[in-house]
Amino acid sequence: MDFIFQNVLNALQWGSFYALIALGYTLVYGVLRLINFAHGDIFMVGAYISFFVAGFLLGPLAGLSPMMTFLLTVPLTMILTACVGVTLERIAYRPLRRKGAHRLYVVITALMCGLILEYSNLAVLGASRLKFPELVDKQIWNVGGVAITNLKVLVIVAAIAVFLFLQWVVTRTRVGMAMRAISYDKFAIPLMGIPMDNIIVITFILGSGFAGLAGLLFAMSYPVLEPFMGMLIGWKAFIAAVVGGIGDIKGAFVGGFLLGAIEVAVVTVFPSTYRDLFAFTILLLILWMKPTGLFGIPQSTKI
Amino acid sequence: MMAQTQIQTDTTPVLEVRGMTQQFGGLRAVSDFNVKLMPGELTGLIGPNGAGKTTVFNLVSGFYQPTVGEIFINGQPTAGLKPHKVTSLGVARTFQNIRLWNDMTVLDNIRVAQHYWLNYGFFSSVFRTKQYKQREAQISEEAYELLEVFDLMQFADEFPKNLPYGTQRKLEIARALSTHPKLLLLDEPAAGLNSADAKDLIRLVRWIHEKFDVTIWMIEHHMDVMMELCEQIKVIDFGETIAEGDPEEIRNHPAVITAYLGDDNI
Amino acid sequence: MRQYSLNVLMAFVAMLLLVAAHFGWIDNYIQIVVMTIGINIIMSTSLNLVNGNMGEFTCGHAGFMCVGAYVSSVISVFCFGTKLGDPMLPASSVLLVFPFILLIGGAVAAVSSLLVSIPSFKTRDDYLAIISIAVNYMIISALENMDFIGGSRGFQGMKDTYWAMIDIFDGPWMLFWVILFTAFNVWVIRRFISSTYGKGVNAICQDEVAAEIMSVNTNKIKIINFMVAAGLAGCAGGLYAHIIGYVNPQSFNILKSTEAMVMVYLGGMGSLSGAIISAILFTGLMEILRSQAIIDGLVSPITFMFPDWEPSAGVIKWVMIPLLLVIVMQFRPEGIMGNRELSDVFPKLKKFYRFK
Repeated sequence: MDFIFQNVLNALQWGSFYALIALGYTLVYGVLRLINFAHGDIFMVGAYISFFVAGFLLGPLAGLSPMMTFLLTVPLTMILTACVGVTLERIAYRPLRRKGAHRLYVVITALMCGLILEYSNLAVLGASRLKFPELVDKQIWNVGGVAITNLKVLVIVAAIAVFLFLQWVVTRTRVGMAMRAISYDKFAIPLMGIPMDNIIVITFILGSGFAGLAGLLFAMSYPVLEPFMGMLIGWKAFIAAVVGGIGDIKGAFVGGFLLGAIEVAVVTVFPSTYRDLFAFTILLLILWMKPTGLFGIPQSTKI
Repeated sequence: MMAQTQIQTDTTPVLEVRGMTQQFGGLRAVSDFNVKLMPGELTGLIGPNGAGKTTVFNLVSGFYQPTVGEIFINGQPTAGLKPHKVTSLGVARTFQNIRLWNDMTVLDNIRVAQHYWLNYGFFSSVFRTKQYKQREAQISEEAYELLEVFDLMQFADEFPKNLPYGTQRKLEIARALSTHPKLLLLDEPAAGLNSADAKDLIRLVRWIHEKFDVTIWMIEHHMDVMMELCEQIKVIDFGETIAEGDPEEIRNHPAVITAYLGDDNI
Repeated sequence: MRQYSLNVLMAFVAMLLLVAAHFGWIDNYIQIVVMTIGINIIMSTSLNLVNGNMGEFTCGHAGFMCVGAYVSSVISVFCFGTKLGDPMLPASSVLLVFPFILLIGGAVAAVSSLLVSIPSFKTRDDYLAIISIAVNYMIISALENMDFIGGSRGFQGMKDTYWAMIDIFDGPWMLFWVILFTAFNVWVIRRFISSTYGKGVNAICQDEVAAEIMSVNTNKIKIINFMVAAGLAGCAGGLYAHIIGYVNPQSFNILKSTEAMVMVYLGGMGSLSGAIISAILFTGLMEILRSQAIIDGLVSPITFMFPDWEPSAGVIKWVMIPLLLVIVMQFRPEGIMGNRELSDVFPKLKKFYRFK
């Protein structure tokens, strides 16, 4: 029984990471119909940014206490990572959008931007792995034989909070209304007096900011950083977003947790090398049965 | 000219629809629809916007499967058939919004509509077998003939997107005829045309009807076009058939007037 | 005679390459580059069938290459190698059997493409993209778990087949096979897409509804198109495996698929000549940037400021190439050729070739 609860907890933790990244994918996709393939790497950049921010704040120049550092690192990481995301949007995606390039060319550009981030990181910082400092004292609560660390709880709470926040933004605010409007009809938006570029920038700020948060939390939970850490997790989060029904906040959230649960379940039964095989097969089966994901709206062709 | 495989002399209807109903979720788009078109007829289907006219065409051309009811084309049931199979039974259609293949030449647009009857497969196309060469030559010849009679020869190597709107309409009809249909469904062929072009269209439809020996069923909002062309007109509203008869009857039918102009008793 | 001059020229170049390789006028490195170009041409033109001509968006092409590579490697080792028991066929039959080994690899890859093509009946665009990525990962993951063919350690022993060829005649055999299969690949694709049958693929791309209603069996054409593309990629995989003499599932990961995609979109969607040109350019660029000296020269302004920084060419290459592509996309978002062929851009070229 304890064993099951322990695994449920692990599944929730991994699901939270996937969900946090998937939310960013789905947010950008929902607005622009663009798969931002660089998103996994923005997550990686977020982890590195948090490393340097935390290192600076802990270091002799600032000399803050670990707790203080943590509280400051969260907003700083989110802001700086959001800047990276917005920069990509400004220099790579927006000009293409203005030129009316085929959607897929923007996707390829995004893929290339991801590669640039990975390899320039590798070039600048080298292949050595970085060890993330411990910011929050690790506490282990033992509830009925299940070891719950405060970090895991933090991760899960953060994912749920971000989900609720984004759900609120998209469904209840004017900005969210504009976002949904852009996804329906890009051409009518300027005519309605909505500043489209601003809305898109906000979308990127939100998506990248939360990817930065995910990077920070990931670095705290698994304190080893390397330039390719965002690649596989990014692809998987994207798949989670699609399985949930890309473009739908709820779908990304559920998809993330579903993927986490599947992976942990596979690993408890089979050798861990089978994890990807089973996870991807199950996702493929879901997409075969529901081609537009769990919460996606079926595509209908009108003639 | 166009190789008409056989001239229908018997009394099999080209199209027979029995009790066709189409349900979209809670919406009944078409309900208990019946029609029988004999060879050589030129019939109209009219009704206010959203009456379900295009849905009827989508059902007949196999794009949707009816919730209830049966459709027979030249006596053959179409239940469970994919649209290309239905087309192979002898139905061709045009679309309300022109759906040409815009990045293929006009000639290729006509040729590809012969896809079902190619009679060769991937390996023949790679090894250029005798079968392949014969069929390709035949298809090209027929396509050129079709372009010739439709007066589109000078556009053979153009892309449809560069053609004027009226010409695109004409090309779409030519493409539909390239499948050698017995029944041609025209979905608002005069939509977006000015009155001069619409007149040309009347002439074109009548000419096709005679020349290609094809049964035509058309949806159209230009009433003058319909009144002039059609021998029979069927009127539907909210998926229900409310009237049918010759143009004169329809013009004076109370239910039709109500459907189009509203009820007097308000 | 003039209308065949391009064909003759190409045959001549191929012969020249083979003769030069045989007599050692060009070294091994150049040969490897030429072979890589050939393989990349197969990969980009075959992916172009799906992503360009059919307008789908699949990003798992390397998965099919992987299937082809493993299948042909295993068969090749069974037939001529000693790693999985005694050779089943006499070494003298290798020249006859080898092309069939590659074709069988391609055929199995073609069958595996059903994993992507059947979902494509109901869905396209991003959902299909994800399905293809998942299939790519699944193939890699499945092979990593097959211990009898080496698992994640990789599989080798295909060199025995090559040695068997060398025993018959000491020549640049792999170069010969690559040139042969590249020509075969372009020939198949060109004939397929220029037939009315293959134009059904373009019709699906431009308007699937109209295609289906105008009598194109869209599902069948999709399956066939995916199978041709995956089959050719499988042949490329087989060639790759036999050139290197070693395959590892991770050599066919998403990065490899990305390379193929880059070549397609760089060349221009749906342009066969564009895909060939971009494969040549891309491979050339990759090789040029492999040189440490050139990279050092390129980053010298930065290393001048930060003398401690010693970037390696392998890493900088992967910054430079994506960067270059991003820039190319900004100035020419439709790729080098757009969706036109070389003969559309230079109509005079038509006088000089006649490919049937």
